[in-house]
Order: sequence, then C-alpha cells, then structure tokens
Amino acid sequence: MFDALSELFGSPIIAAFVSAIVPLVFIVPFVIIAVYMERKVAGHMQDRLGPMRVGYHGILQTVADFFKLLQKEDITASSIDKRFFNVAPFLVFAGSYAVYAALPFTSSMLGSKIDIGLFFIVAASGLVVAGILMAGWSSNNKYSLYGALRSAAQIVSYEIPTIIVILSVVMFTRTLSLAEMSEMQTAYFWNWNIFGGAEWNLTKLLITPFMMIAFLIFYISSLAEVNRTPFDMPEAESELVAGYHTEYSGIKFSMFFLAEYANMFAVSAIAVAIFLGGYQSPFGYVGNLIGAEWLVQVEQLFWFISKGMFFVFVQMWLRWTLPRVRVDQLMTICWKYLIPYSFVNLIIIGIITLI
Amino acid sequence: MNVYDIIFYLFAAITLASGFLVVTVKNIVHSAFYLLFTLFGIAGIYVLLGADFIAIVQLLVYVGGILILLLFGVMLTNKITDVDIKTGTLHIVPAVIGVGIFWGAITSILTSTHWKSLPAENIEPTTAQIGTLLITDYVLVFELLGILLLIALIGAATIARRDKE
Repeated sequence: MFDALSELFGSPIIAAFVSAIVPLVFIVPFVIIAVYMERKVAGHMQDRLGPMRVGYHGILQTVADFFKLLQKEDITASSIDKRFFNVAPFLVFAGSYAVYAALPFTSSMLGSKIDIGLFFIVAASGLVVAGILMAGWSSNNKYSLYGALRSAAQIVSYEIPTIIVILSVVMFTRTLSLAEMSEMQTAYFWNWNIFGGAEWNLTKLLITPFMMIAFLIFYISSLAEVNRTPFDMPEAESELVAGYHTEYSGIKFSMFFLAEYANMFAVSAIAVAIFLGGYQSPFGYVGNLIGAEWLVQVEQLFWFISKGMFFVFVQMWLRWTLPRVRVDQLMTICWKYLIPYSFVNLIIIGIITLI
Repeated sequence: MNVYDIIFYLFAAITLASGFLVVTVKNIVHSAFYLLFTLFGIAGIYVLLGADFIAIVQLLVYVGGILILLLFGVMLTNKITDVDIKTGTLHIVPAVIGVGIFWGAITSILTSTHWKSLPAENIEPTTAQIGTLLITDYVLVFELLGILLLIALIGAATIARRDKE
C-alpha cells in the first residue's frame, strides 16, 4: 500500500502519513458500530430490546452518544497530576493504534510489511500498560490506582501465555510477519493454521488438535489482555467505580473508550491472522473465478473484517454470559493453568514440526 | 537535511529532554514516567539505524518489562511519593574532576574512532541473522543466560512461596 501511495503522491513522506491514517478511517466507524452492537447484544442476551429510540431500532444511538461526549465539560479534579493526567489517554490510544501498523487487512492493504510484525504487536502493548498506570496514578484516586495496578498485573501476566502460544505458531510457520503468515494459509479453510497449515501430510493430522488448544489459550489470554469480561477486574464497577478511568470525562474518556474498542478488534484480528487464515477467504475467490483482480482485494477486506467482527461478537457474547472472576482466580487461571498448558503445547508442536 | 534527519533529531530531542527530566524532577513517580519517553526515544533511534529487532526488544524489555516493574515497585511502596529527592550540589571539586575525565574520554573516543557510515538504503531484516548467530557462534553464552534466567525464576518462586507451618 505504501508503494502505491508514494507513487500517487510523489513523496514517501506524504504517503507515510496517509498510510498511517488509514486504520483510523476504519477504527472510528468500527467503534460506533461496535458500541451499538454491544448494547444490542447485551439487550437481546438479557431478553430486552436495547436502544430503540434514536433512528430505526436505535441505529443512530452511538452517533448521538458520540456528539454528547464531545460536548461534555472536561472536568479535571483539583488534586490530580495535570501533566500526566492529560497525556495518559492518548498514550493508551497510541499503544493500541500502533498494533494496526502490522495488521494485514488485505494482501496489499497493510501499514508496514515489517519482518517482525507479531513481535512488534506484543511489544506495543507495553505502551498501553504504561498509559494505564499513568492514568491510574495521576488521577490521585484510590479506585483509579487499584484499577490501574490490577490492569497492569493482568496484562503483564497474561502476556506470557500469549507470547508462548505465538512462539509455538511461529515455530510452525517459520515467520514472524503477519502478512506472510496470512499469505501461507491460502484460500479454503482447511489450509488455515488452526487446521495445520497448507501442506497435506502426517504433520497436518497430528498438529491440528494442538493448534486448536493453542487457539483457545490465545483467545482466553487475549480477552484478559484487553480487559474484557470475564477478566474485566480493572473496571469492576461493583468494587472500583470505573477503575483507571474513573476521573476522566468528555473527550479524554472517549479516548479510553476508543482504545478499548480498537484493542478488541486488534486482538480478534491477530487471532484471525495467526490461526484462521487472516484475510483469506474460506471458499476461494469469486474475483479469481471471473478474472477480476480488484475484486479479490475487496473480498479479502470483507473476509478479514467479518472474521474479526465475529470474534468481537464472541467477546460480547462472553461478556453477557460469564460472571467476572476474582483477582486470585484470575492469577490462578494464568499461572497455574494457561502457562503450563501453553508450555506443554509449545513442546509438542515443536516436536511435531521437527518430524 | 532529509526527512530521516528530522525524525532522528526529533527522537534525539525526546530522549535527551526526558532523560534530563528523569534526573531533575523531584517526584519519583514522575521520573519513572519520564523514563518511558527516554526509552521510547532510544527505540526510535534504533529503528532509524535499521536495527528492527533491537528496537522492538528495547520496547518489549525496557518499556513493557522493566519500566512496568519499576512503576509497580514505586507505587506499591508506602508513602514513597512524600520522600523529597535531593537534587543539590555536593562535593564540587571531585565531581568536576570525575565528570571532566569522563567527558575527555568520551570526546577522545568520538574523535579517534573511525566511524563506518553505510548508506541507509535497503535495510535488511535482522531477526534471522541474529537467530542463526545465537545458536551457532554464541550458543554457549546463550545457554548460560538461559540457565541464569531459570535460576532467577526458581529463586523468585522460592521466595514467593508460602511457608509451610
């Protein structure tokens, strides 16, 4: 995408800026849709209707909410640490936005073809943790600080199973680049990594169950990394008011909100790109059939976003189905179950890959 | 001056300014947060040097690991923010001598070293080369470091374990 843009604008600098803005064009409408979807899903799960008043079946509800948030007074308490209080929401958003630089939306539409995309994504979440800690501390509020500490502890510990699972897949695919990884899982769903990659041999048969375990571990720990229920301890409203963003209002609060939803899609998209074929269509391309090159790209975009959206939906589904875990249970799940399982899984996948 | 120079000076300015703030601010949590920007600026400079792997390790280990650990330590320590950090001048003469020697050493290294400057075109990904080097030439060091980390892990687990009554 970068090359095409630099040809179009005649300058790599403008092209770099433009390609940096492209994910934002996706994120903002996505957040508006996802918030609406969340409320609708919540409503229907609980046998209610959800928002119904603004527009047809409440479809403009989040747009109205968005304008309401923009108009709100930016309240800053007197005893906060002003400098860091103002920086923190943007730092959190920067961290979650950085992930989009390495996500392959289609085979040509991706921010950067860096060789170590997956590694970069893991590293970028460090910024989010620092931003959350900054927000919690500078709010000068007990609940905020507890929320931030919980969040940081949770993200740091759940990063370990995530990284180990990613490592086991990387051993299998022999690349760290998400773009290459998606490319390898060419069309048709039985070629996806979760079903043992594109080669037909004994390895594929042996590795499939362990890839499924890997996917499960990855999905659970990614839920914890984006603070979603059942792991939403940092925002547990019954004990912590609203966690690390208690003191925020108006546009700064919406930055946190934006970051949270951007993160939700990002982790779903990573899971899709690693295990479920990324942008590859499960049934082959209509574009190839009728010989239209441009249609393939559109289809890839469609499949990537709909796979991502499906897992965002699963996150919402889980949120309204499962109760929240306690802090000690949270740590037990991570250290006593997920980490040993993912280590064993790593060893098994390694052995199978070798033979 | 092309755009990469501008980006370099931007990152260098971030690193230097926040590094200066780290040592001068009175509040220990503030200096921990400023350290974040210092480490981030250094990661940016690594990227400009074409060391993609090291840049990301810098982010992962320093920002994602050590800084978070530091912040945790600072925040969980009781009333640490009330402590006034002294930033005054003490022992001027020995300090001037020490800094002078250090400055002299650095400038002499700067001027006497023959700097290799390669054109920054075609930056190759370095991950595979680093991996190959680690398990061929430096395999002993690599394994020893692994054992060291394992010892540290076991030690941490032993300290954290509940005493049996």
